[in-house]
Amino acid sequence: MQILMAVILGALFGFVLQRIGAADPDKIIDMLRLRDPRLMKTILTGIGVGSILLFIGLALGLVDSGHLSVKTMDWSVVFGGALMGVGWAISGYCPGTGVAATFSKGLDALFFLLGGLTGAGIYTLLYGSLADTFLMNPLFGGKMTLAQTGIYSALLPKIPGWIPAVIIGVLFIVGTILLPKTDSEPVNSRDSHV
Amino acid sequence: MYWNWKTGGVILGLTFFLAVALVKPIGVSTQFVIADGIVAGAVNPDLVQRDDQAKSGFRSTNAYLNKSGGKYAKSVANPVNYGFIFVIFMAVGGLLGHLMDRNRRPGFPDSPIPDVHVQRFGHSRTLRFALAFFGGVIVLAGARLAGGCSSGHMMSGIMQTSVSGYVFAAAAFLAAIPTAMLIYRR
Repeated sequence: MQILMAVILGALFGFVLQRIGAADPDKIIDMLRLRDPRLMKTILTGIGVGSILLFIGLALGLVDSGHLSVKTMDWSVVFGGALMGVGWAISGYCPGTGVAATFSKGLDALFFLLGGLTGAGIYTLLYGSLADTFLMNPLFGGKMTLAQTGIYSALLPKIPGWIPAVIIGVLFIVGTILLPKTDSEPVNSRDSHV
Repeated sequence: MYWNWKTGGVILGLTFFLAVALVKPIGVSTQFVIADGIVAGAVNPDLVQRDDQAKSGFRSTNAYLNKSGGKYAKSVANPVNYGFIFVIFMAVGGLLGHLMDRNRRPGFPDSPIPDVHVQRFGHSRTLRFALAFFGGVIVLAGARLAGGCSSGHMMSGIMQTSVSGYVFAAAAFLAAIPTAMLIYRR
């Protein structure tokens, strides 16, 4: 059953990444060099919609809070995030979009994936010597959320989780207005969005 | 032709919600480690072994695969698991998305190298493939150090209002935007 879920949800996610243009290094790099805000708007809307549905689902008891998985906050998140950002800008891929582009981008994606396997391998070998450094010391209580989830400690413990989560979710969606209008965006002759 | 951002954003959000509601938050970068482990385990059979004392039932001679009670070691020993199959089928889903695009560029792949690369560096495929490879090394080393990537930390994390998700996204964009502007210009 779990494997069937993996097949369906994995294929759906790869499909969606491809259809929003995230599996296209041109679109990623145009977002990052601030020439085309459309993918940024897609991501902001996606986070907002996902977050609102999740917390309403949790509040109504439709979603099992045991399914949540919050990652530890430590210095490695800062350094690792920045490192990933640099590689993301150079290649135009992140791990998920590189996988989704395997067939549509051919060799280009394949070189990224081979590099990815190499980078993951390097980290796997280095982990032993990094594990006990300051990088892995939890900050802000480690696994912490802003809104109450019922299982992790929250920065806003007195308020029902769905209230701040819905407000933040709406802000993410409304935030798309702050980005430049679609009309003034450069139109790429080959694949103008509708 | 890609979906417009409103349609795309709503469907992207629904996808992330569906994954959490049905199983768990989406994450990708761990599976690069599992793939490495599968290859390394084929070369060195001692890498991952059964161990009833370990929480997962497996242990590894490698500290990373062995962490959290041998969680990754178990996935390496059993590649047919949720996380790994999920990522394999992402490639299939990406292919379907590409084929269903009626306005896609002819040819397969649709373009040998990205237009932004051609505009900045010309038609050198060698240079582009080197950048894609080198970028991949940094992306996965960084994502594993951080404990997640754009999917696990940024999308899934922020969606759960996770503090580490906001920090990861800020660090990633603050590094990526100047790098992209420097390398590819505006």
